[in-house]
Amino acid sequence: MNKGGAFFGVGYLLGLFVALVAFWLAMSGLMKPLLLSLGAVSVAITLFLAMRLDVVDKESAPYLRWPVFIGYWFWLMGEIIKANWRVIRACLRADLDINPALVKVKTRCKSDLAKTTFANSITLTPGTVTLSVEGDKLLVHALYEQDAEPGAFDDMDRRTAAAAEGAPA
Amino acid sequence: MNLLLAIATFGVLVSISLMLLRALLGPTLYDRVLAVNSFSTKTLLLLGMLGFVMGRPAFLDIALLYALINFVSTIAILKFFRYRSFQVSMARGPVASQGEER
Amino acid sequence: MEIWEAFLANFHAWRPWAGALLCVLGAVLVVIGTVGVVRFPDFYTRMHAASVTDTSGATSLLLGMGLMSPDLVTVFKLAAIWVFLFLTGPTATHAIANAAHVAGMQPVTGARARGDVGEREGD
Repeated sequence: MNKGGAFFGVGYLLGLFVALVAFWLAMSGLMKPLLLSLGAVSVAITLFLAMRLDVVDKESAPYLRWPVFIGYWFWLMGEIIKANWRVIRACLRADLDINPALVKVKTRCKSDLAKTTFANSITLTPGTVTLSVEGDKLLVHALYEQDAEPGAFDDMDRRTAAAAEGAPA
Repeated sequence: MNLLLAIATFGVLVSISLMLLRALLGPTLYDRVLAVNSFSTKTLLLLGMLGFVMGRPAFLDIALLYALINFVSTIAILKFFRYRSFQVSMARGPVASQGEER
Repeated sequence: MEIWEAFLANFHAWRPWAGALLCVLGAVLVVIGTVGVVRFPDFYTRMHAASVTDTSGATSLLLGMGLMSPDLVTVFKLAAIWVFLFLTGPTATHAIANAAHVAGMQPVTGARARGDVGEREGD
């Protein structure tokens, strides 16, 4: 848990605590003593389980990167809408004109967080799915071969690396 | 407006039935798992829609739970069919060789 | 500018209608995705069609419900569902695809996927 030292470990635990309390209050919206005590018990159990799972660290809770990730999120939504349109047309055409292909994509992302973000972005965009990740190579299945030609993922790769690792865009 | 809502609910219901067809037909195990996963996503959307049709948005709590259970159950099914057991640790490493060839 | 102000003043009047229309659009997208899942020739291509449902269909349905919702707690719940869907959806899809890949299932590629020889019989 304490990858960033004991201080950061406590900080991330505190962040998780605040997030859980806010989530409970927003979900229930009732201020009765019984419900509040139930909420306190749930938050305590969740914190204990998270500590036991050893998942509270810099990687699972990148709070400091939120502004960058939100910018990336908006760009990704645009990509998703464009890709959606292509797959919807493929679904509705009278004749199937799909041209599936398997390609290997090399990524410049180094950290696990960046790789996960990149692979999940590819999967989230309809028309392309990540099959496996080995080292810095991703195996991608695409509905149309021209969607996955060399360089098609370059833009997304660059933006993911910039958002998750802080590399110059 | 109620008519529009009814149309939307009916559309989601139709697509649930079609997805059930794929789950029954699907030639491989993975088609079925995919169909069940997609089926659960649509069930969650249907629950939300029904909450609004009936004027009881409290149904959304159930939908939220469904979203979480859907994910966990998909992973659990896949884990079971890869290792034939729930007792295997999903640690990193070259575990692919343990997978049964299907 | 006046038109815009009138537009905003009537926000609560047109809000449910816009929400209902978005819900219908979302339902249409969900049906399209399902049609793709039923039509496409092999497992890997079906996955792409399923992700249309998970992204755009779910987004516009949830957005429509958000426009119709009576209070802010409901909007927050819808936002939570949306975030969960967008975090778990690709992970589950990748898990299924990776399981099929590890089990040695070969995708039908190229023009073969269009023909009637494309259907790969399962085990």
